[in-house]
Amino acid sequence: MISIMNTFGIWLAAFFTLCIFSFLYKDNPFYKFAEQVFVGLSAAYWLVYIIYSIMVPNLFAKLADDFSGNIILLIPAALGLMMLMRIHPKTQWVSRYPIAIMVGTTAGISMLRYMKSDILQQLTATMINPFAAATTAEVIGNLLMIIGTICGVYFFYFSKKQEGVSKAVSKVGIWFLMVSFGATFGYTVMARISLLIGRLDFLLGDWLHLIK
Amino acid sequence: MKLSAMVERRIIYLVLLVAVALPLLFPIGWKTEVSGYTQMAYDLIENTPEGKVVIISFDYDPSTMTELQPMGEAMIEHAFKRDQKIITTALWPMGVQMAEQAFDKVLRDYPDKKRGVDYVNLGYKVGGMVTIQAMGRDMKEVYPKDTRNTPYEEIPLLANTRRLKDVAWVSSLSSGVPGLKEWMMVARDSYNVPVTGGCTAVSAPGFFPYVNEQRQLTGLLGGLKAASEYESLIGRLGTATTKMDAQSVAHLLILIFIALGNIKVFVAKRRKSND
Repeated sequence: MISIMNTFGIWLAAFFTLCIFSFLYKDNPFYKFAEQVFVGLSAAYWLVYIIYSIMVPNLFAKLADDFSGNIILLIPAALGLMMLMRIHPKTQWVSRYPIAIMVGTTAGISMLRYMKSDILQQLTATMINPFAAATTAEVIGNLLMIIGTICGVYFFYFSKKQEGVSKAVSKVGIWFLMVSFGATFGYTVMARISLLIGRLDFLLGDWLHLIK
Repeated sequence: MKLSAMVERRIIYLVLLVAVALPLLFPIGWKTEVSGYTQMAYDLIENTPEGKVVIISFDYDPSTMTELQPMGEAMIEHAFKRDQKIITTALWPMGVQMAEQAFDKVLRDYPDKKRGVDYVNLGYKVGGMVTIQAMGRDMKEVYPKDTRNTPYEEIPLLANTRRLKDVAWVSSLSSGVPGLKEWMMVARDSYNVPVTGGCTAVSAPGFFPYVNEQRQLTGLLGGLKAASEYESLIGRLGTATTKMDAQSVAHLLILIFIALGNIKVFVAKRRKSND
C-alpha cells in the first residue's frame, strides 16, 4: 500500500511539474490549474500547521494542562482575539492595539541587533591594517575592500554636489557597485539553474528512473 | 530567416533544458576548486573536539532543498565523523522533515549512531530571533520535548546543554528569514558562539560581508557549488557533486547566449547606422 501511494505521489508530482513547465511554451489551462492548486494547498497547509503546531502546543495545551500556572498566556491569547476583530468593519479598530504592540516590540528588538551586527561590527571589520595580511593577494583584497567600502558609501552622499575629486571617488564607488551587481546576477543565475536541476533530477531519476 | 522573440525564447528554454538534462544522464566528472569560505566552515567543524554538542538548524523548506539539503547531509556526516553530538532545530516549519530526511540518509552509513545519544531533533519553534534569544537563556524552556515527545531532561545528549553557550558551534542552513542572519545576530554577536552555515546562491552575496575579521560568520556555503565543495572536502560523493556538471554546462551555455545576444545587438546597431 505504501509503495502504491509512493508511486502515485511521484506521478502526481511529475504531472504538476510538467504543468508548471508548460508555461515556458505559453500560458495554458494546465499551468493555471497547477497554480491554483498550489495556492489552495499552501493556504490549507499553513492554516492546519498554525493550529496544530503553534496554537495547540503553545497555548491551548498549556492552558488545558495547568491553567493557573500558565495564566500569563491569557495576554497573548487576548491579543490574538483582538487581532481577529479585523474581520468585522465595526470592530476593526480593536486590532490596532495588538498591531501596535507587535510593531513596537519588533522594532525595539531589531534595532539593537541590527545596530550591532550590521553597523558596528561591519564598521569594525573594515578598520583593519590592510598590509598585515600574509599574502600579496590578501593585501590587495583588503585594500579593495577598504577602497570599495569608502567609495561605495560616498556614492550615496548627496549633501554636496559631486564634482572634481568627489566625482572621481563617486565614480569609483559606482564601479564597485557594478561589480557587486554582476556578482549578484551570477549567483542568481546559479540559484535558478539549481532549481531546474532539482526538478529535472526528480523527473529523470525518481519518475523515469533514467538516472542510476 | 528572422525568428520572433517568442520563438527565440522557446529555443533558448529547450536548449537549456537539454543542456541540463544531458550531464545528469551522462556525468562528466568535472572537479570543483574549494573556496576559502567553504574551507573556513569545514575547518570550524574539523577543529571542534570530539564529544562536543553542536546545533544544525534547518531553516528552509522543500523549494530550496536542491541547494541546501546536500549541505545538511554533508555537515551531519562531518559532525558524525568527528564524533560530535548533533542537535537539529528548525525556524521554518518544514525544516523538521528536512532534518529527518537528512538523518535518514546519513544514518545508512552510520548505523551505530543513536537518537537521543548522538543526535536529537528538537523540531520547529515559531519566533525567529526571539526564539534564539530565549535559547541563550534556557534551551529547555524553548524546547521542552523533542519531535518524538521525549522530555528534554530525559535526552542523554542534552544532559549538560542548558544554554546556547554550551554549544560548540551553530550552523544554519537558510533560505530566508528567519535563518542564518538571525543566528548570527544573536548566537554570534550576543553569545559569542561561532556561527557558520549555508544559504541559497541568490542570497550568498548578501552574506559574504559577514565573513570578515570579526568572524561574524565562520565561513559560508553559498549554493550548490559550495555544497559540492564541502562534499569533496569530507570525501563524500553526494548529490551536489553529481549535479555540478549540469550546473557548469548551463553556466557555459548562458555565457554563450549572453555573448550571442551582445553580438546581435552590436550587428543590428551597426546595420542601422549604415542605413
